[in-house]
Amino acid sequence: MSDVAPALGQIAVLVAALAVAVPFLGRYLAHVYTSEKHLAVERASYRLLRVDPDADQHWKTYTMSVLGLSLVGILGLYAFGRLQEHLPLSLGFGALPADGAWNTAVSFVTNTNWQWYSGEAALGHLMQMSGLTVQNFVSAAVGMAVAAAFARALARNLAGGRVGNFWADLVRGVVRVLLPISVVAAVLFVAFGMVQNLLEPQAVHTLTGGSQAITGGPVASQEAIKELGTNGGGFYNANAAHPFENPTPFTDVLEIFLLLVIPFAMAWAFGIIVGDRRQGGAILAVMALLWGVSVALLTWAEMAGPGLAPSAAGGAMEGKEVRFGEAASALFAASTTGTSTGSVNAMHDSLTAPGGGVAMFNMMLGEVAPGGVGSGLYGMLMLAIVTVFLCGLMVGRTPEYLGKKIGQREIVLVALYVLATPVLVLTGIAIAITAHDGLAGLQESGPHGLSEALYAVTSAANNNGSAFGGLTSGTPFWNTLLGVLMLLGRFLPMVLVLALAGRFATQRHSPRGAGTLPTHTPLFVALLSGVALVVVGLTYVPVLALGPIVESLS
Amino acid sequence: MTTLNLQLTIREALPGAVRKLDPRELLATPVMLVVEVGAVATTVLSALDPSVMGWSVTVWLWLTVLFGTLAESVAEGRGKAQAASLRALQQETTARRLRADGSEEAVPSTALRTGDLVVVEAGQRIPGDGDVVEGVASVDESAVTGESAPVIRESGGDRSAVTGGTVVLSDRIVVRISSDPGQSFVDRMIALVEGSERQRTPNEIALNVLLSSLTAIFVVVVGSLYFVADYSEAHQSVLVLTALLVCLIPTTIGALLSAIGIAGMDRLVRRNVLAMSGRAVEAAGDVDVLLLDKTGTITHGNRQASELLPLPGVPYDELAEASLLSSLADETPEGRSIVTLVGGSEARTPPGSALVEFSAMTRMSGIDLDGREIRKGAASAVTAWAKRTDPELDGLVQQVSSSGGTPLVVADSGRLLGVIHLKDVVKDGIRERFDEMRAMGIRTVMITGDNAVTAAAIAQEAGVDDFLAEATPEDKLALIRQEQEGGRMVAMCGDGTNDAPALAQADVGVAMNTGTTAAKEAGNMVDLDSDPTKLIDVVEIGKQLLITRGALTTFSVANDVAKYFAILPAMFVVAFPELDVLNVMHLSSPQSAIVSAVVFNALIIVALIPLSLRGVRYRPSSATALLRRNLLVYGLGGLIAPFVGIKLLDLVISLIPGL
Repeated sequence: MSDVAPALGQIAVLVAALAVAVPFLGRYLAHVYTSEKHLAVERASYRLLRVDPDADQHWKTYTMSVLGLSLVGILGLYAFGRLQEHLPLSLGFGALPADGAWNTAVSFVTNTNWQWYSGEAALGHLMQMSGLTVQNFVSAAVGMAVAAAFARALARNLAGGRVGNFWADLVRGVVRVLLPISVVAAVLFVAFGMVQNLLEPQAVHTLTGGSQAITGGPVASQEAIKELGTNGGGFYNANAAHPFENPTPFTDVLEIFLLLVIPFAMAWAFGIIVGDRRQGGAILAVMALLWGVSVALLTWAEMAGPGLAPSAAGGAMEGKEVRFGEAASALFAASTTGTSTGSVNAMHDSLTAPGGGVAMFNMMLGEVAPGGVGSGLYGMLMLAIVTVFLCGLMVGRTPEYLGKKIGQREIVLVALYVLATPVLVLTGIAIAITAHDGLAGLQESGPHGLSEALYAVTSAANNNGSAFGGLTSGTPFWNTLLGVLMLLGRFLPMVLVLALAGRFATQRHSPRGAGTLPTHTPLFVALLSGVALVVVGLTYVPVLALGPIVESLS
Repeated sequence: MTTLNLQLTIREALPGAVRKLDPRELLATPVMLVVEVGAVATTVLSALDPSVMGWSVTVWLWLTVLFGTLAESVAEGRGKAQAASLRALQQETTARRLRADGSEEAVPSTALRTGDLVVVEAGQRIPGDGDVVEGVASVDESAVTGESAPVIRESGGDRSAVTGGTVVLSDRIVVRISSDPGQSFVDRMIALVEGSERQRTPNEIALNVLLSSLTAIFVVVVGSLYFVADYSEAHQSVLVLTALLVCLIPTTIGALLSAIGIAGMDRLVRRNVLAMSGRAVEAAGDVDVLLLDKTGTITHGNRQASELLPLPGVPYDELAEASLLSSLADETPEGRSIVTLVGGSEARTPPGSALVEFSAMTRMSGIDLDGREIRKGAASAVTAWAKRTDPELDGLVQQVSSSGGTPLVVADSGRLLGVIHLKDVVKDGIRERFDEMRAMGIRTVMITGDNAVTAAAIAQEAGVDDFLAEATPEDKLALIRQEQEGGRMVAMCGDGTNDAPALAQADVGVAMNTGTTAAKEAGNMVDLDSDPTKLIDVVEIGKQLLITRGALTTFSVANDVAKYFAILPAMFVVAFPELDVLNVMHLSSPQSAIVSAVVFNALIIVALIPLSLRGVRYRPSSATALLRRNLLVYGLGGLIAPFVGIKLLDLVISLIPGL
């Protein structure tokens, strides 16, 4: 198979680039979220927001700030969508329906970017740029802020529940991290052929004598933050499979790099913030291990092309772009589902059955391999705490993580966190396949129909946003259901994480010694990976068995 | 525990176990409550639509709940015998209460209140807990402590506390009662060993929360599966879904959790340590720093002669003979150790000799015979008595002192002979135990009233990590506070009233039973043997308790993997024949697979009852080593065991006709 060399080659290039960039960016992120100095532009923002960036917020205040900002964001986007026809640069598109506006507003504020509509056929430039793209920055910065607050809380000693300043975290995340990298990336994208303009759709005459409207727009700028902030909402319906959004194999690898770099770097930053790089290294190792395994499995599934149709066609190329091929599509699919990004360069509905199963399992892991910006880190840390609790007792001490005891009040929060997403996904799927309106959206029946619905609710509740295709989701039923799942799937865990941060920040820091469970060793890395796989596996195996597993076996 | 023993215990525990099936009793363990609700549901379903499979599942679901309550009942039963013997102490006696004017009145012991003064004389039972305020007596405390030798109790000082129910053997004492009826030490002991007042400990509650959340997840998993199965046209009966649910929720640890806690407390009781709260037992597992009293813990309470150092010009034998003669009648441990050192254990006091007893005034002891006056004692006292000084002697005295020993100078009729080196002898094996502690990440600090030079020498020899010399109770308290501010948990033991603040401050405070009431109230454990070395045992028991909990949790969760491989193909193989590849155990039929999984799930509880009562094997070692071993045994074992077990059960169960 001559395809193997380029497949491995691009993975090698990607891994090498990440290996160079992650430690640098990690160190920078740690500095950003612990530094006491403000930039001039940041001071201006704080004056504008009328906030005191030096106030050390109690976790409750911090949480209220997160929720308040997000509420304003949802209301604003909703209004934007409903009033689109009255705004400039609308390209003549009308208002979104109420359920559609709700779904889109929630989708972008929760960093999910589930898109029920076709961007080029429903949204004007202003909505795309100042509505969606702004939320792409803000929602990403919110995720990073919460993760930073959690890391700081673990590093603090008797801090009375104070976890830092949300507004400073938010503004710094945007100004110091997301904006500069996005600008560089957008320029690179434009240089490699991506579209960037504010023109009306261009009418062109085709060879066959017909006429076609080609929609351009500020694609490259949105593309950069779409990947960097693990948002995933494409300018076009075809997302990164569209040649204007992802013209060449180089931009493809660059996009994958962008969507992986911050989640991995957050883990490294975590180690620096808690004062023990090895801890960050262990978390990073688990993320990399799970990501690596899913890349390997997906690549194998797509390239081996099991099943009747692929072997007849000579490869599993249905729904894939010829300029990328199977391997690059698999790499993109594993990375986008492992990171809660949800942009796609191939249609996941057309992945092979095991490949689609791996993509779904990636999301079910709770977006931790390496996860969304910020949410990947705190999700993995919550799993680490579960691991410490389940296995830590076996060393003969009450469980503790990084010198913080995991007692009754802490474990209640962790238990609710672990409970939240599975309950959303499983009740979501039960409703979707029982309700008449839910079934109406499915393209297929039988196991593949189940996979379509399962993929949608999993993607929404885990804030991934990628779609399996096949599902007609732009109906009031699906828009409402998925909107609710996205909203609860984002903010329930976030509130629990911040509450736990508050507990940890209240606690005394106890020193670690030979008697405490080491959380930086290869053994712990294996243990954490195992617990993540077993806990998630036990939760989802029955429903997976009736969907992708049955499909793979038949 | 032998098999026979366990059988007997189970027969006794069964009625209690059945009583505990009351759903209100199960509220505290949501995991088992879910099983019981499931059992009720399958009972109703099987009654409406009887089938062999329905009744098999139903019976085994009830047995699952019963095995859980049985484990708790067996654990409690082990304390019952001890409680019965303690109750005998509580029989009502007549007390001689002192009126304000000094006259006596006879009242029943149950009428005594805190602050009352009672008189107790030889042969009488002490009517309640209290402190001796007048007199001195020997007291038989064997009923409480198990130690048959009588102990001395006297007013003032640190040996004033007496326990109600113990018997005065000699003399007369006046006791001020310090507890109201029903709240005495013995009452508390009975409540503790019976487990009736057992309050669940913080870690147990936390684990219960996590187990409940896992249970909730599986309820949602199985609930949603009902709809998903219908969608997939593979309808599942409530019976099968209930069986799946019970197999998935962590029943093994849920059933054994409280038994593990009770058995942990019981292990302490068996070593004659009473923990006043379960919290303290868990805290013992977390201890980072051990404060150990030198005397009795690290060294044998008393100093022993280790060598004789004659002055220049004095033959060794002469010093040896003088030392022997001066010590023959000396019954103190120091005196006997001198006799042992010079090999004179056969020697007898020569006739016609006069003994000179040690007194605080003279600070010497010795013997007068045939005109010779032999004395041994503190250097300053003996040189003053002999009216001599000798720079060579000062050198020897200095040499012994600086090595941490105590010099005894020996003189014969005004002539200085030499020095006996008395040494604090470090207990055998104590150094190894401290090495173990260090491997477990626990720092040991020796507390001593000795000066820094002596303390350093002993600390070095015993291998403790640190020492606190010339320690006052205030120093102890300050040290504990300082360690706690650094986030460390501290354990200590003490007996005196002035130890009380430190005992109360420490995370684990073990009071000696011989100590004062104040000390016993301040600590959160009491050692009936009054053996300070127990502190190390207490730490190990605490760790073993937590490890047992963790090991069985891991085992329980790991079990689920195999159960999926048994039940999922069984449920869906009719609708999707391709799922038969998941039937890796090649179970004979879907019905047999489901019943086998349920039976395995129930039997594993019974199989693990002895382990939960005994605690998992524990050898002190580092966290990494412990984790590796326990993961291998209980994690990997938990993955593999059910594959084997379910397969074996299937071979038998598939023979049941009509299944």
